[in-house]
Amino acid sequence: MSAALMVAVDCSECGGRAIEYAARHARESGARLYVTHIIEWSQYSFSTVQENAERHKRREEELHRAHSEIIDPIVDRLKAEGLDAEGLVRHGHVADTLNTLAKSKGVSNIILGRQGTSKLKSHVFGSVGSRLVQSADCAVTVVP
Amino acid sequence: MSKSRVGVTTLIGLLASFSAFAEVGIDEKINLAVKPFADAVANTVFFSFPVAGVQIPFVLVWLIVAAIIFTFYFRFINLRAFRHGFELVRGDYYDPEAAGEVTHFQALATALSGTVGLGNIAGVAVAVSLGGPGATFWMILAGFLGMSSKFTECTLGVKYRDELPDGTVSGGPMYYLTKGLAEKGANFAKLGKVLAVLFAIFCVGGSFGGGNMFQANQSFAQLVNVTGADTSWLADKGWLYGLVVAALVGMVIMGGIKGIARVTSKIVPFMAVIYVLAGLTIILMNLPQVPGAFGQIIDGAFTAEGISGGVIGVLFQGFKRAAFSNEAGVGSAAIAHSAVQTSRPVTEGFVALYEPFVDTIVVCTITALVIIITGTWDPSVDPSAGVQLTSDAFESAISWFPWVLTLAVVLFAFSTMISWSYYGLKSWTFLFGENKITDATYKVLFLFFVVVGSSMQLGSVIDFSDAMIFAMAFPNLLGCYFLLPVVKKELNEYWDDYKSGRLVKTRLS
Repeated sequence: MSAALMVAVDCSECGGRAIEYAARHARESGARLYVTHIIEWSQYSFSTVQENAERHKRREEELHRAHSEIIDPIVDRLKAEGLDAEGLVRHGHVADTLNTLAKSKGVSNIILGRQGTSKLKSHVFGSVGSRLVQSADCAVTVVP
Repeated sequence: MSKSRVGVTTLIGLLASFSAFAEVGIDEKINLAVKPFADAVANTVFFSFPVAGVQIPFVLVWLIVAAIIFTFYFRFINLRAFRHGFELVRGDYYDPEAAGEVTHFQALATALSGTVGLGNIAGVAVAVSLGGPGATFWMILAGFLGMSSKFTECTLGVKYRDELPDGTVSGGPMYYLTKGLAEKGANFAKLGKVLAVLFAIFCVGGSFGGGNMFQANQSFAQLVNVTGADTSWLADKGWLYGLVVAALVGMVIMGGIKGIARVTSKIVPFMAVIYVLAGLTIILMNLPQVPGAFGQIIDGAFTAEGISGGVIGVLFQGFKRAAFSNEAGVGSAAIAHSAVQTSRPVTEGFVALYEPFVDTIVVCTITALVIIITGTWDPSVDPSAGVQLTSDAFESAISWFPWVLTLAVVLFAFSTMISWSYYGLKSWTFLFGENKITDATYKVLFLFFVVVGSSMQLGSVIDFSDAMIFAMAFPNLLGCYFLLPVVKKELNEYWDDYKSGRLVKTRLS
């Protein structure tokens, strides 16, 4: 069975070390590497009529931008290095969506960079990393 | 630098000239200028015939008869699909692949923030003071039947919506009246076109009336009331309030400053929750009186002592205010619900059942109970007191609540205006085409009416508001009758799938 790894990327500049780490492991094990970006979104949020009418259009734009500005450059670079890489962009709660996506793709390890959030902020909102560590159905690696 | 200074100077100059006008009573001038027109429109739409000595407007019979027919035609869909509607709102059948699109919850919440508002606060007070506690009973019944009307129009709204070339979604009676009736043949196509145009005209009127002037007027009345009534500095400055609100609405709809609208859309649900909680608190504090209040509601519904027009008069007040509050059958909700992501239009119909339920059966009943329990209703009270009556009722139990209520009223009014400006604009561009000039013309007119609404006497504003919004129900419901088989087919196909477990449930519960 060919294993799969997943690396979560926040923005175009960040996650450099996590990607490096994931790429190294993917190369060693010959696993497929999913490069994933989650756009924070809730199905229970409130919006105006106008926003709803334009939602479909905005969603397409958000997906397109996430691919062209964040995911695609990384995937292209990894592919050029000879890795079996694939980009994924989804909407949802970051930790939950990463977990369900990982499950559906048969991922054995989710890799993400440590976020530089302040203590207060992570106390109030919780961080993606700690939430994922507590709820994930596979191994989670947080790269400092 | 100098440019902004010029801007400020101009603004001060403009305001100064307005206050100069105020000296000679600009409020009164605007009021006198608009009143004859408003009255004429109201008299036409509310063409009435006498029943047991009470003048019953035909449009009200039209709304209620449709709601009853739809309820029976769809075999009590308002009860049958109630649970499934909740499952849909909760997201049980939500497709993860479509994450990021408009969910059932969002479509409902958006539609509700357009309807929950002054109708629930001011309208109920008017109904209870004119019709007595018994009006509440008929209001609840009207809300229950109205659920079936909403089901019908919102299913059609999604089924016949348009996806525009730029990717935005647009739906509502204008679309289902044209596209839906066109499927039935050439003559129907012509009829559909006529009905759609009529609907659009009335909707533009409604967006200036109930969706705008009424909101501006009532929120201003409450602001004056809470700051000292007649002695308030604001008392004769309706035009000033109108200018400020018009400026804020203008920033959203003309300046594209979406931030204000977005913030409002997030605060309004919380204000609604605070309102409901405050109402429930007062009801709980007076728990021993609740059975008595329900007794008054039931007795009053069938005996109607001392109410002009007897039982028919009470029924009329309840039905009228319920219809104005939840807008079932009017067609506005079909516009708000149509952006939802679904491949089965009837699902949004089930979700739309919750609109009259929350709006009328829950929120209006709470308001009515508070008014009855606190004993603040008084048949001899001036019916134009509206919001003030509800405010007094809450004040008698929670002394500082009128301030919170004022904030709620202003925010509800604002969000209703934003929603209606969208409904009106969609109708306007349906009539006059979509380009920069038509767009700007509508928006300027809309802002103008904000100022007019703040300056007018309540009587003519309420009549005109009611008239235009109720007028929308004529073309809308007539079209709905012809399209009932379409909805029935959608419903039966879906219900079979649902009952036989062919639908994918994403959430285990």
